[in-house]
Amino acid sequence: MMISVASGKGGTGKTLVTTNMAAAIGGVDLVDCDVEEPNSYLFFPDLEEKESSDCTVAIPLIDEERCTRCGQCSDFCAYNALAVFPQQVLLFQELCHGCGGCALLCPEGAISEGTRTIGKIHRARSGGVRLLWGELSVGEPMATPLIRSVKAEAKGDLVLIDSPPGTACPVIEAVRGSDFCLLVTEPTPFGLYDLSIAVQVVRGMEIPCGVVVNRSGIGDRGVYDYCERESIPILLEIPMKRQIAELTSRGVLFSSVMTEWQEKFVHLLGKIEEAAK
Amino acid sequence: MKQLVVISGKGGTGKTTMAASLASLARGEMVVADCDVDAPDLHLLLQPQVRETIDFLGLQAAVIDPGKCTNCGECEKACRFDAICDFTVDPAACEGCRVCTIVCPSEAVTMVDRVSGHAFVSDTRFGTMVHAELLPGEEASGKLVAMVRKLASKAAEKEDKELVIIDGSPGIGCPVIASITGTDLALVMTEPSISGVHDLERILAVTKHFGVEALVAVNKHDLNPDMTEEIGELCRDLGVDVVGRLPFDPGVVEAMVQGKTLVEVEGPVGDAIREAWGRIRMKL
Repeated sequence: MMISVASGKGGTGKTLVTTNMAAAIGGVDLVDCDVEEPNSYLFFPDLEEKESSDCTVAIPLIDEERCTRCGQCSDFCAYNALAVFPQQVLLFQELCHGCGGCALLCPEGAISEGTRTIGKIHRARSGGVRLLWGELSVGEPMATPLIRSVKAEAKGDLVLIDSPPGTACPVIEAVRGSDFCLLVTEPTPFGLYDLSIAVQVVRGMEIPCGVVVNRSGIGDRGVYDYCERESIPILLEIPMKRQIAELTSRGVLFSSVMTEWQEKFVHLLGKIEEAAK
Repeated sequence: MKQLVVISGKGGTGKTTMAASLASLARGEMVVADCDVDAPDLHLLLQPQVRETIDFLGLQAAVIDPGKCTNCGECEKACRFDAICDFTVDPAACEGCRVCTIVCPSEAVTMVDRVSGHAFVSDTRFGTMVHAELLPGEEASGKLVAMVRKLASKAAEKEDKELVIIDGSPGIGCPVIASITGTDLALVMTEPSISGVHDLERILAVTKHFGVEALVAVNKHDLNPDMTEEIGELCRDLGVDVVGRLPFDPGVVEAMVQGKTLVEVEGPVGDAIREAWGRIRMKL
């Protein structure tokens, strides 16, 4: 089973829920797909068997000898990644999506494909949790190919996906193919607005969803009214407590200290399995 | 005209509440732009009255005509984005590259424009606001950010305003890069937590990479004073000024519920923001 944890708004507690849930359940693959700012591994200081590899994407290599500067490649490129000048062809590699169209199209066979590195894939283990995370290189705009690659390595029976914030393409890539999406929000107007967009996204993808309300006790009733109106189950509430915030700020899984929460996270999995049926 | 962008690396560190408060302090002198296009919240505090709506055309999407399609499967083989399955295109996965149109032997694939969102130019109590909505699940958020910024600069020029305040998105990827390139100053929000520090380091590497000067403000600094100290040291090492330390205050959420900025209500956070604004102004 693959469960994705997403949110719309950033900083609502996706990583908090994913990491505590993974540790409480054990025997899971935790995949951190927030490759721009991966934080899950910070909560597992005792990482073992750590190894890493590069994540690469395809880019065109142009044989300047064969190239006749006909310009078909730059005309075709939907991302304006190629510019043809009388003396040479320039590639703006950060703009290239690696579609391979230019190589297919070139009438001179002057374009072959090479690769370039956009980030790293890290793997490690902590007790019963297998961690996988992507780390996008600084200055690199495209997160989706890295998300796709890191997700492809998850092989366990139970996979937890820590999704990036927002509702755009990186989120779609992270959530895609999951059996259930857990939406973490906070009971504030910002939390509600971004939750409502996230719900539209997962519903559009026909993925069943449920809500975790983090920092309950602050804000207003908007999130609760919305979930009732939309028949979205609230599967867990985590109260606003200074102790939880302080433990989390130090990189400590709060359920390892406030141990009564381990059972609640195991119970959360049960509710998800029930709701995903 | 100067452009100030508020960004963060980690989400939920107070970008939008900060940007709204700065817009309030600079009222009448600025145009504000919400560039967090896939989770925009600034409108909840500024209650904009829309005066102009512009369609945003994102990436094109491929469409297969079932009448012409011979089910040969060439397009599916050539698609690098796993967007074609059973001779139909999944528009959410399609990146509009058009490779399928060149491999199709029966000219069954065409590209169609799609409206991926909208940009708005609006009035608020502090001045003109430009904002946008990306339709759920759409791509090209960086392109929409660029459109919002262009509209904001145009409005500032027309109205003779000296400052554009940009509310950015979390992360370090495409929409963030689109938000910060060519700005004069970035205010980076962070919080004293292990995640906050980690993400701050990465976003400061990004601002440096793109040659944008950065300032830092620490939100909820008193939640973990040791970590706040660590952030101070990190910033000293990197030669980045910490211009504000905002205390944890439950009044922040109350103000949000009332749709007000923090400088429109009494409280310690508003005072800290006023102080930070003085320092930011000097830099601008």
